[in-house]
This record gives sequence, C-alpha cells and structure tokens, in this order.
Amino acid sequence: MNEAAIKELLYKVADDQLVLGHRNSEWTGLGPILEEDIAFSSMAQDKLGHAQGCYQILHELGEADPDQIAFSRKANQFHNCHFVELPNGEYDFSLMRHFLFDHADQIRFEMFANSSFEPLAKLAKKVKGEIKYHVFHGNTWIQKLSTANEISKIRMQTALNESWNYALGIFEEGNYEIELKNEGVFEGEKALQDKWMSVVCPLLEKAGLQVPEQSSWEPVLGGRKGYHLAHLETLVTEMSEVFQIDPTANW
Amino acid sequence: MYGNAYIEPNEASKTHSVLADEDPKLLAEFEARIERGEKIEPKDWMPKEYRKQLIRMIEQHGHSEIIGALPEGTWITRAPGFKRKLALMAKVQDEVGHAQLLYSAAETLGKSREAMINDLITGKSKYSNVFNYPAFTWADACVIAWLIDAGAIINQVANAKGSYGPYCRALDRICTEESFHLKYGHDNVVTLATGTPIQRQMVQEALNRWWPPIMHFFGPSDKISSHTEILMKWKVKMATNDDMRQQFLNMYVPKIWDLGLTVPDTNLKKNETTGKWEYTEPDWDEFKRVINGGGPCNAERLAVRRNAEERGRWVREALKSGQTAYVVPFA
Repeated sequence: MNEAAIKELLYKVADDQLVLGHRNSEWTGLGPILEEDIAFSSMAQDKLGHAQGCYQILHELGEADPDQIAFSRKANQFHNCHFVELPNGEYDFSLMRHFLFDHADQIRFEMFANSSFEPLAKLAKKVKGEIKYHVFHGNTWIQKLSTANEISKIRMQTALNESWNYALGIFEEGNYEIELKNEGVFEGEKALQDKWMSVVCPLLEKAGLQVPEQSSWEPVLGGRKGYHLAHLETLVTEMSEVFQIDPTANW
Repeated sequence: MYGNAYIEPNEASKTHSVLADEDPKLLAEFEARIERGEKIEPKDWMPKEYRKQLIRMIEQHGHSEIIGALPEGTWITRAPGFKRKLALMAKVQDEVGHAQLLYSAAETLGKSREAMINDLITGKSKYSNVFNYPAFTWADACVIAWLIDAGAIINQVANAKGSYGPYCRALDRICTEESFHLKYGHDNVVTLATGTPIQRQMVQEALNRWWPPIMHFFGPSDKISSHTEILMKWKVKMATNDDMRQQFLNMYVPKIWDLGLTVPDTNLKKNETTGKWEYTEPDWDEFKRVINGGGPCNAERLAVRRNAEERGRWVREALKSGQTAYVVPFA
C-alpha cells in the first residue's frame, strides 16, 4: 500500500477536523442562544476527536504522536483547506460553513468506511455516526434561517455566496488521487465533490437559496499544499501557546 | 460551577413589611410543608418574598454560569494537548448547559430568560464576583476549575436540599457534572504542581492571584437578621456563608498543602481547640467595590456578553417566526 499517499490523505483530513473543531469551539460562551453554544461545542469536540483519531493512525505509521503533530507544527505544515481556517465571522457564515463542510465530511467518511486501508475504515465507521448529527443540525438551521424572515434570508444567501468558492476548495486534489483510487483507499476528491453537489444543491434549493452561477466558480486552492491565509498562522500560534512553553513537559 | 447567589444581608428592615400582606393561613401551610421536607412546585402558593428571592438567586446562579464560561473559555483555544482541550471544551459546555437548566428553573417562577439576560447585560442583576477577575495563564484556568468549582459544589450541594423543587432537581444534575469538573481541575493542578519548575511557578502564582477571590466567594459573614432567619426557615438559604467557607477550608487547604503549594495567607491555620480555621479577614471593601462594578473585568465581561447578545439578535428574531411557539418549562 502506498504509504506516502495514505499519509497525505490522513494529514489533510485530520487538519481540516482540527482547525474547524478549533473554530467551532470559539463559539463557546458567545452563541446567539445557549442551545447553539452547546451545539457548536459538541461538534467541536467531535471534530477534535476525529482529528485525534486520524493523527493516531499517522502515529502508528511512524509519524510523531498526535499532540506533537497538532501542537508543534508551523502553519505551512498544515494541509487543511482555506475554508476551515477562515475566522468565524457572524453566526450566518459559521453555520453555512458547518453545513457545507459537514456534508462533504459525511460523504468522505462514508467512503472511508469502505476503504481498503483497515485502520481508516474502522475509524470512519465510528466517525460517520457522529457526523450524521452534525449534518442534521446544519440542515435544520439552514432551512429555518433561510426561510424565517427577510433579514435572515439575505444573511444566509450572502453567507452562501461568500462560502461557495472556499467550499469548492475542500476538494482540491492531492498528489496521489489515482493511486488511492486504484488501491481502493479512497475514491478521490472528484467523486466526492460530485456526490456533495448532488446532496447539497437540492437542500439549498429547498431552503430557497441560490447556488452561485457556475461561471463564477473558482475553487480556493493551496491549503492542501501548505499555502495558507494569515488567519491560520494566528490560530496555530494561539493553539500551541501553552504547549510550547515546554513541549516535552506533561501538561 | 459556580453558583453562589449574593443575598444582601442588610434587608432586615424589610422583613416585616414583605410578610405583612400575606394570608397568614396560607403562609402557615406553606411553612409547614417546608418543615415536613416537602418540595414547593411552580403552581403551588408561595409568599411573594420567597418567589422574589428564589428568582434572584437562581438567576444569579445562571448568570454566573454563562459569565464564568468566558474566563475559562478563552483557554479552550490555548489548552495544551488533545486531552486538555477536549476536557475543557466539555467542561465549559457543561457550564453553559447549567445556565440553560437554571434559567429554565427560574422561568417556572415567572421571569423569562430574555428578561433575565437583559438584566444581566444592563448590570441590573449580579453574578458570582470571582469572574470579574482575569485568568492570566493556563494555570489560572486550572485553579478556577479546581477551587472555584469546589467552592461552588459546597454551595450547590447545600442548596440542592432546599425547598424549591425545580431548583433542587436542576442542582442535583449540576452537582453530578460538577464532581467531574472538580476531578478535572484537581488533575490539572496536580500535573502542574508536580511538573517542571516553570509549571510549578505558574500554578503557585495562579493560586496567589485567586486566593482572595476564593475567600470572597462565599460572601461576607451573614448578619444574623430576621431576614436571614426567614430565608433559612424557608430553605432558600441553606447554610451560612461562614459555615460554607469553613467547610471549604477544611476540605481543600490540606489538599493544597499536600501538593507543596503555599496559601498566600500567613495567618491561615486550623485552631485545634475550636476546630475552626483562622485566616486574615478578606478585604470586604474590595468585594463590595468589585460586586458593584469596579473590578478588573466587570466592564469587559458585560461588554462581551452584550456583544454576543447583539450579534445573535437576528437569529433569535428569526426563531420567532413559524409555528413553533416557546413554552415556559413546567417544572
């Protein structure tokens, strides 16, 4: 099995989970209602657990331990997509990102559940059961806020417009798409995006939102290759601040 | 966390007047029920003063939970390692959940969550004074999780035996969760206290900073007033502030010393004859000043909360549309 390909895949997936989990947790204490504070915290905890699971597999493949991977790397060593590193903005953007990302996440982990790479398949079977609830949460709120009143509808449409090209960046292809597919590890970003479109577009339509014109689609790429916005640097510095006081200490 | 409602001890003069227009027969039945250990439920008759004090107490407790989520919450994004990050997220999430439970309990007495939050952000109602102090380092967050939660548990275990059913039931659940927080906090402090010299220094400095607010936590000595007596008879107030402080010192000072940490009060010792702890009298002027808005973080805490309310308003407005109407919790 092509280990370099698997590692690349695991790093990007885990980094997405870690960074979005971190962002979700920033809603703690600040949500529009207490119940949403709690919901975003639950999703944050799940995402962090998923990241940890992926880093653990990497560790078993010879990489550093999960804490060292997550809390000791520089921003340019992260392979998450730009979408997850963007600041939370207002609740509309956070919600739209969560909806768009978690649908991709759900499909991705469903694919992983059938992976020929056993440790990933095993992890995915657990993870997908959790993402089911994230998707349920996202669907409920997108439908509600997009149809509630004029202001909320405009806000959600704007959030969708702002998110769309970043969301397309989730599917930035890696260096080993063919190998992963041939070895039955993962069907690939292209297949994932196609499925995602077929799920997300009808839901947005049902909520009365318009997917941006195809002519304006321009996936935001680079994250998978280690190119990031300044936001990630800030996030990583903050996240590792205490750990780096003494990375060898027991915290 | 975190609830310790501050009941102004100087309301004694009002006691007479607040009971003056209550039906003596109903009042006697009410007091007899409490005496028998029965719980008072939302639809039951209760004196106006009982309702008022309970709303104030439960509301303050709820506010303390959401304001308390702020100093700890800022450390979620900086928690060192997966284990700590996950645990702190879950802990602070619990605290927000406690606010939800408590606001629901207070709503059964007739005040809406919106009204309560409005009173919080306009500064009309109080929350636990300790959260008007900053959590400078990771070690501060650890000390809060251990010792402030410990103080809160003492208070809440006492209040859980109170007379108002919905509050007691909320507290039973809260105390169960708090006992995990206490373990989490203790584990953190032990790790730092037995760690590297830098870690030890961090935790000692945090303890030095938090000791005065911890001593303030239970409030000033209760003035033995007829008002306090009535609240205790009605099982609204379950223990005196001094008793709770003594209980805290008795349980936690030995544990702090066991870790080789120093409590920053040279007068602190247990008088073996009386069995009571002696300590330097906390600075109650400082306490008053902070509770009335003059602490290092009062303005910031309320500004953050106000900002969150403001930014979330459109969401709450949107929720009002549609067929599903909000129903006040029944019990």
